[in-house]
Amino acid sequence: MVTRGFVGRRQPSETGARLPPGQYLTDDFPILQIGPNPIVDRATWRFTIREGSRPIKAWSWDEFEALPRTTWHGDIHCVTKWSKFDTTWEGVSFDDLLADAGIAAPTGFLLAESYDDYTTNVPVADLVGGRALVATRYAGEPIHPDHGGPARLFVPHLYFWKSAKWLKGLRFTQTDTAGFWELRGYHMYGDPWREQRYIGD
Amino acid sequence: MIEPIVFRWHQAEITAIAPVTPHVKSVRLRCALAQTYRAGQHVDVRLTAEDGYQAQRSYSIASAQDGSGTFELMIEALPDGEVSGWFSQCADVGDRVEMRGPIGGSFSWDGPDGGPLLLGGGGSGVVPLLAMLRRRAQHWRAIPAALIYSARTHAEMIALAELEQLAATDPQVSLHLAATREPGGKRIDAALVAGALTRIGAPGKVFLCGSNRFVAAASDLIMAAGVAPGLIRTERFGA
Repeated sequence: MVTRGFVGRRQPSETGARLPPGQYLTDDFPILQIGPNPIVDRATWRFTIREGSRPIKAWSWDEFEALPRTTWHGDIHCVTKWSKFDTTWEGVSFDDLLADAGIAAPTGFLLAESYDDYTTNVPVADLVGGRALVATRYAGEPIHPDHGGPARLFVPHLYFWKSAKWLKGLRFTQTDTAGFWELRGYHMYGDPWREQRYIGD
Repeated sequence: MIEPIVFRWHQAEITAIAPVTPHVKSVRLRCALAQTYRAGQHVDVRLTAEDGYQAQRSYSIASAQDGSGTFELMIEALPDGEVSGWFSQCADVGDRVEMRGPIGGSFSWDGPDGGPLLLGGGGSGVVPLLAMLRRRAQHWRAIPAALIYSARTHAEMIALAELEQLAATDPQVSLHLAATREPGGKRIDAALVAGALTRIGAPGKVFLCGSNRFVAAASDLIMAAGVAPGLIRTERFGA
């Protein structure tokens, strides 16, 4: 349906090609979350991988920082329609986490769990093969609490609500189990290039 | 089993449009989505050019559900705003856009959720809070509510006359203003928060909306005043 008089601001073609449908480019780094930043102290921080309710492996901050590091450079896309280009993140790849735990993924799905009780679901296939990190540094610095530090999930090929802030663990689930936003109408998968913002997209 | 929410695009027609501040227009639209929404929720608005190019943005609903089949958005003209610029310079009664929603169940309120309500708005972040106060005024006047509202100047405060009238006539509502860019003006501070808490007592629900800077400052001050973080819901825009 054409909107009378609307022309729109076309992006330069180089920018347009990097923008998923319905997104616009921002130089800011907007902050979106359901409540205040939880207070997360590195001295008591624990990161735990669970299968259902059973803990498989846990790391302290120092143990986590000693794991192999991976750097990722590229674009991120938020369901609220901003995209940010050329961001740099560093952390521990999901593959290296599993290797250190000495396990293969026990199921095909998991829920990322945060210190503020936020959850979000991601298929394991989207985390393996270098596609995801537990990130602890952004642009060369420790991640600010506003952006999910000390550690956040980082799955840049999905909308950024999947990259849970203040991550405290990953819980493998038998089935694809909706998290906080997915229970409230957001898409179960969230591919920006297919514009999967909400259920039914 | 939770019924999945599906957001489909709906047509919406502008039934009224008028400036409310130098940068903000009130836009009333007739849309099927206006039948059911909660105060605090927002909608996605989509505009389409002749060649099929589309742009979308999210806007909070300012009105409370009133059975009219319409709702009100308050749209601030942003510098270079692709969608807000169309609303500010081109939109007129009878124009049609597309919308979907309402979105944002965690940042929403209705009477059965209880109170007292502590609301904090920065700039156009006051819009979803205005909807909550309007909802409260319809059916839930026994619930105490305090609004802390920070904007650059009084002239830029959205619905200021309505808010002042409400605070003057409803003893359960208090208004705490901070005009940051006026001579003698100030930002939200501990005294403003303490004043609001004195009026309503311990809040049962806290909603904060505005820029990152406003929401971060307000959250910190409210938590420092002893309010549990779990009561606080936030919505932020910009950087």
